[in-house]
Amino acid sequence: MSITPNFIPAARDLPDNPEGVPGAEGAISAREFRFWYGKTQALHDITLDIAPRSVTALIGPSGCGKSTFLRSINRLNELIVGTRHGGEILLDGENIYRRELDVVALRQRVGMVFQRWNPFPKSIYDNVSYGPRINGVRKRQELDEIVEGSLRRAALWDEVKDRLRSSALTLSGGQQQRLCIARALANDPEVLLLDEPASALDPIATQRIEELVYELKNELTIVIVTHNLQQAARISDRTVFFYLGRLVEAGPTERMFTSPRDAQTEAYLTGRFG
Amino acid sequence: MSPDAPFRHFHDQLADLKRRLLEMSERAEALIDMSVEAFNDQDLEKAEAVIAADHDLDQMEIEIEEQAIELLALQQPMARDLRFIISAIKITSDLERVGDHAVNIAQAATRLIRQRSTPRPTPELEDMARRARQMLSEALDAFLRGDGALGRAVCLKDDQVDALHESLFRIQLTHMLADPRTINDSLDYLAVSRNLERVADLATNIGEDAVFVAEGKTIKHGAERRNS
Repeated sequence: MSITPNFIPAARDLPDNPEGVPGAEGAISAREFRFWYGKTQALHDITLDIAPRSVTALIGPSGCGKSTFLRSINRLNELIVGTRHGGEILLDGENIYRRELDVVALRQRVGMVFQRWNPFPKSIYDNVSYGPRINGVRKRQELDEIVEGSLRRAALWDEVKDRLRSSALTLSGGQQQRLCIARALANDPEVLLLDEPASALDPIATQRIEELVYELKNELTIVIVTHNLQQAARISDRTVFFYLGRLVEAGPTERMFTSPRDAQTEAYLTGRFG
Repeated sequence: MSPDAPFRHFHDQLADLKRRLLEMSERAEALIDMSVEAFNDQDLEKAEAVIAADHDLDQMEIEIEEQAIELLALQQPMARDLRFIISAIKITSDLERVGDHAVNIAQAATRLIRQRSTPRPTPELEDMARRARQMLSEALDAFLRGDGALGRAVCLKDDQVDALHESLFRIQLTHMLADPRTINDSLDYLAVSRNLERVADLATNIGEDAVFVAEGKTIKHGAERRNS
């Protein structure tokens, strides 16, 4: 398994709109989406299309709103008291902020993995089977199949198949992060949100995560927040630059990193910001 | 150390790369001047000085290339910085080729001097040399200042040098047909003209790179027309 870097120093004309796999599940559309923490507006009129089965990297300086936007895609932000939103975010054409929507079901369709891995203090098997169990899967054989399938998709099966009953906390940091990805995959999501998933990992473990993202995009839509610009360049199909709560520029990654159109994007990528 | 210190360090290194490219370009332009003067004035000492000085340009090419590769590997530049460094590697190779053309002209001068030929007035050659040198200077200026408009203007001037080369070819052909004893000398005049025409081509390459750095657009080989 290898990753083809997106570093192509040519200014070819590429379509700005995402293509992905037309008709596949996991298409995200933000329409003039706004978000407030109390009186502070964190996002201003974000309009963005994210194609199904593609990797989109959200980049920008700290506090630019990229993580807020990421957490808005599975409504995780509303767990914080005093927040409110405007506009809408559509998942496969349906507004995820509509009143009657089942938020728990939404979070199964839109899985999330955080910067700091957070496995439950349970066995590897129980971590992965947790979601399906609370969703009513009881048959042992069915659970076994989900656990094995999810661990394989997270490229962890070969490393843990002989110790599924061991505590998840005995795994290395990189393995625990892949276990968290397997746990998200066990719910069979359409979208996977990754919030700096490799920022606390060593280069080898980071490479495994990046390879995994590259493989998983054949099956689901991935949105990743990263401060590592090289990582965004390596693994994403499209890159979106946020600054001061606004979407400044979005485009194909190879164009964004070689010939961005906006002066602010250029300044951020070349370290001439502020 | 402030958080942006690594970037400052990188920008200092980029400024140093620019300075060295400028130095190399000035050296290459000076060699073209000297070689054409050596040819026109039949100055053997100057011709030999050009041939000896070419080694310096070769060395500068190696050093600038190493510096650019090091910046790519260690700083992993993006956007305009990435375009600048990739282009710098190409331009240093172009400038080294300019030095080779100066040597070819100096060698033609040496041959003429050894044949004890009578110098012929060739205003076209002087005009070509002036234009090619100016194109080179402007192309480098466009590249270092990130001036896409100047880069495009340099590219447009190449046709004028091509036309002068064509004109000089016809003049020398007429000499050769009229008096076959002039063939040896005429071939050297043609060699000088061809080398100057190639210097203008290299300046055009640099002009195209200046547009790439400034605007992120590839204009060589008519790419811009095809994509529009």
